[in-house]
Amino acid sequence: MSVAGVEGEERNDYTKLESKQIRQRSLKLLGSLIRPVRARVVLTMIVVVISTAAQVAGPALIAFGIDRGLPALLAGDWLPLAGTVVVYLVTGVIGATLIAWYTVLTARISQAILFDLRKRVFLHTQRLSLEFHESYTSGRIIARQTSDLDAIRELLDSGINQLVQGLLYMVFVAIALISLDWVSGLVLFGALIPLGLLTRWFQVRSQSVFRDTRTASAKLIVQFVETMTGIRAVKAFRKEKRNQAVFGGLVEDYRAANGKAIGLFGIFDPGLVLIGNVALAAVLLLGGLRVASGGIEIGVLLATLLYTRQFFAPAEEMAMFYNSYQSAAAALEKISGVLEEKPSVPDPTRPIDLRKAQGRVSFDGVEFAYKTDRIVLPEFDLEIPAGQTIALVGSTGAGKSTLAKLISRFYDPSRGRVALDGVDLRQLHPKDLRRAIVMVTQEAYLFSGTVADNIALGKPDATRDEIIGAARAVGAHEFIESLPNGYDTDVNKRGGRVSAGQRQLLSFARAFIADPVVLILDEATASLDIPSERLVQEGLQTLLADRTAVIIAHRLSTVAIADRVLVMEHGRIVEDGTPRDLIAGTGRFAQLHAAWRDSLV
Amino acid sequence: MSSGTAQSSPRKSGGTFTALRRLYPYAKPAMPRIYLGMLAALLAGVVALLIPQVLKSLVDGPLQSGDSAQIWPAFAIVLALGILEAIMIALRRFFVLTPGTHIEARMRNALYMKLQNLPVGFHDRWPSGQLLSRAVSDLNLIRRWLSFGTVLLVVNVLTIVIGFVFLVNISWMLGVLFMVCSIPLWIYGYLFENKYSVVARRSQDQAGDLATTVEESVHGIRVLKAFGRGKHALQNFASQAEELRGTEIEKAKAIAGIWLWLLLVPDVTFALCLLAGVWLTANGQMTAGDLVAFFATATVLRWPVESIGFLLSMTFDTRTAADRFFEVMDSDDTVIDPVKPKTVANPQGRLVFDDVHFRYQDSPERVPDLIDGVDLAIEPGETMALVGLTGSGKSTLTALTTRLYDVTGGSITVDGVDVRDLTLLDLRTLLAMAFEDATLFSASVRENVLLGRPDASEAELAEALDIAQAAFVYDLPEGLDTRVGEEGLSLSGGQRQRLALARAVAAKPSVLVLDDPLSALDVDTEALVEAALRRILASTTALIVAHRPSTVMLADRVALLEGGKVTAVGRHSELLASSEHYRFVISSLEDEEKRESAERSSAPAHKTVETGLS
Repeated sequence: MSVAGVEGEERNDYTKLESKQIRQRSLKLLGSLIRPVRARVVLTMIVVVISTAAQVAGPALIAFGIDRGLPALLAGDWLPLAGTVVVYLVTGVIGATLIAWYTVLTARISQAILFDLRKRVFLHTQRLSLEFHESYTSGRIIARQTSDLDAIRELLDSGINQLVQGLLYMVFVAIALISLDWVSGLVLFGALIPLGLLTRWFQVRSQSVFRDTRTASAKLIVQFVETMTGIRAVKAFRKEKRNQAVFGGLVEDYRAANGKAIGLFGIFDPGLVLIGNVALAAVLLLGGLRVASGGIEIGVLLATLLYTRQFFAPAEEMAMFYNSYQSAAAALEKISGVLEEKPSVPDPTRPIDLRKAQGRVSFDGVEFAYKTDRIVLPEFDLEIPAGQTIALVGSTGAGKSTLAKLISRFYDPSRGRVALDGVDLRQLHPKDLRRAIVMVTQEAYLFSGTVADNIALGKPDATRDEIIGAARAVGAHEFIESLPNGYDTDVNKRGGRVSAGQRQLLSFARAFIADPVVLILDEATASLDIPSERLVQEGLQTLLADRTAVIIAHRLSTVAIADRVLVMEHGRIVEDGTPRDLIAGTGRFAQLHAAWRDSLV
Repeated sequence: MSSGTAQSSPRKSGGTFTALRRLYPYAKPAMPRIYLGMLAALLAGVVALLIPQVLKSLVDGPLQSGDSAQIWPAFAIVLALGILEAIMIALRRFFVLTPGTHIEARMRNALYMKLQNLPVGFHDRWPSGQLLSRAVSDLNLIRRWLSFGTVLLVVNVLTIVIGFVFLVNISWMLGVLFMVCSIPLWIYGYLFENKYSVVARRSQDQAGDLATTVEESVHGIRVLKAFGRGKHALQNFASQAEELRGTEIEKAKAIAGIWLWLLLVPDVTFALCLLAGVWLTANGQMTAGDLVAFFATATVLRWPVESIGFLLSMTFDTRTAADRFFEVMDSDDTVIDPVKPKTVANPQGRLVFDDVHFRYQDSPERVPDLIDGVDLAIEPGETMALVGLTGSGKSTLTALTTRLYDVTGGSITVDGVDVRDLTLLDLRTLLAMAFEDATLFSASVRENVLLGRPDASEAELAEALDIAQAAFVYDLPEGLDTRVGEEGLSLSGGQRQRLALARAVAAKPSVLVLDDPLSALDVDTEALVEAALRRILASTTALIVAHRPSTVMLADRVALLEGGKVTAVGRHSELLASSEHYRFVISSLEDEEKRESAERSSAPAHKTVETGLS
């Protein structure tokens, strides 16, 4: 089993090699995210070094004030004390200002990284093929973009802050301690051994636990989104109780995984404190004995004790950093998996431009299978001359939609090639491809925004007149005008208000305004009432006059405007001819047509 | 595609404390453990304060005298205190963290339950991304605040208070000076709340909007791909993400402001105390030992003082998160079970609309009611087709029957009982619906079909599948156990619709409500489904939204919906004869015949000519 891309994403039994592979891939991603902001990172480092130094200087200045300022003052000399106080104020102001600046700097870095990552994931998921989306589910992509990014934001916001400051603090203190008293230095190094072991233990255990939390939260999100999207059916069929049970289970899984992660940290954190305190006691013992025997001064002992204490003081913060690091790393693993997915319908590396397409579509030896073994369309050839209107007819599952999806390059053929004006679609510039070929599907999805926005999706720079023109052409103008704010009505806020048929009209208008050379209509009129359909058909007569069209429709009324009918069965084209010829014959289409005519009575 | 922003602007609802106190009912069961956790944290703090005291007595005693035998007990005490501190920290986590996750889980379940109960009208208004960000990120934040923020906030404030007592004890003048100097901190802290809460709220709302955009980009992926609008969508998304980034940086600036004060004020205080302390000592009003002790204690207090900064920002973040949570929880659940529910003793399936009015909550005044006085009676066993133009309110009228929306006037009764007097459970058992956009859940075919009646037998399942002509399910990889829906195999529109129909049939309701259930079916299948449907429709009351004459043929009578009213009821043939509007809506045959005869008679129409050219 491989762990490439999102495969095996929900497993929790990675081998060492796989685990390493996943880690490397997410580290690589992290590196590529940091690279553009590295100058700012360096600046931040410098700021934090200076501010930490200013902070560390504080106690030394107080000691100086007491040791030197006091005797001097007693001798009538104000200067050393005043000087110390002034220097203290200055370091204080510098330290505080730099920390404040540093806070903004880190926010800028972390926000830049998040922004970059968000865009990458968004763009990449848009690039991935429908095949990927159909199996990966929208809920999981949403989980990647929300809860996983939250985990990373937490790391960037607070984590790095703690890491840099804590690490610097520890290094500064360790240097000071060793230079003061090497014996205590040895104790400190001795303490590093259990510290290392404890950290290693936490790392190994938490890695898999945090992976669990990511998987559990994604499942939770999938269930949540599905419920909210299908709320009508949930209510109508009284699924609430059952949903509540399922969701409750998922919440509990997530809670348990989270609890486990927190529990691990609950051992790690006091463990660190324990090591620090034991080290402190050891330094006290060794130092005290030497003071008693006259080996070192009391002052040195005090200093070593304070330094030992200080060395472990940021340990908790470091531990918290490590905690959020592990959580973010698990999130980054999942995200890097999505980013690693190769689009199965990739953009061409050397795209061929086709500014003005004629609209000739040809299939040469095309075969299509979803997964290697399930052949949907056996090998076939088909030539659609420019300007021809084709009707695709056949029962559900005959492969009509698949054929349409090959033309619009939702899928690539497993074998052979699909070409527009002789140019293989795989080599055609995506921009030209999408301008030339547009597909309208049965599910007319509306995005939140105004009605005008939704129509203009077909042509982002469309003027209001063009939008209205398109709406008129498909007969949607009247109902749009009757909406509360006409073309500026927000479809999201009044989502329940736009009926299925009206949604289809809007998506027709969308296609109309896009003005493609090749238009594919996949069941695009199913929800329309007859008068609307009639209007749309009148619109289509003119719309399709000079363009290539492929129409899939159950309502054979649509077929009437076709130049040519293809009847499909089990992935094969079984009949091909003009509607008149086919109706006159005795084939499948003639039967269908007769049945349809009966249904009209 | 610019997503709708926050549903409501941040309310100034009585301040942070009031907002957070509302979390108490959820946190209540965990409170004893939270108190214990606070106690443990306080003890850990006190222990940490005691270690320097031991050191001081050690330095003043044995070390001065050089008595090495005394060092061992001191070592033992320090070691014991050190271990005690670690234990207390472990205890704090032990006490607080598990209950914290339970609180989060409880709130999440409560939110989910509330959302499932809230009427469809609520869901029409709220994008699910906003709901999702509440259910995940906001609750996560609340949990961390409850189990970490509150404990540390309380304990650190207590530590600061205890520390002040220590300081005053050492030297009341320095202690007072220290306290007076911290006053700007409290003032700034108060100002910070007002400023920060607004930004924090905006950032959470924008994150919710972003989630909505992500969701739409995935659900609308086919449209975006079909028009090659990935880049366009990205720009939209990027500009929203950019806004969020701006807000986050604004937030960071506010936090930087409080950091500046939290660091600067103690530093200035320390400098002033140093000046005053040394002067007092020189005057003989303090000893050198006092001075050392003062600064040692003041240093211990630095972390608690500094931590107040992020604890405050966390508290205000949590407050806005709690506001967002309660916005949903406070939403009026208008479609609820009656106080004294009635039952239909012997369901016959008589469905009556009596002067039914309905308008959407947010439709403007000037727009008339969408359903403007519908009177219609469907007798037991009768099949009524509902016909009308797109947007005339057919789907809305069907949605009223199962109370997906409640009527705004008039009443709907089933066997004489107002639907609002039945429990929702009873009502939705009596009535089953099939929607035009067929929603399948991530579950097996079996579970999806038996959604309305999980205890149905295999035979009943088979019958429902047979009526809906959904035999294709037996050919799926795992037959009836194949997972469909988002998480499973994707089915075509026609297949989904047939399963949705089978679902409504399998529920064996007294009244069957079908919203254009055959629109995605091909002609052959449609005919078969219709034939099969006739069998059950003979004995079941049914209301069917229809666009096609073929579907209308299933019905005993037809009701024509026009301008929010039922303007005509009668047999198909009667209405064809009597109603011009009905002819307009339903009849296309004349057209078809004209067109066909035109095609047959005249030479090839213009389209065919073009074919020849290409």
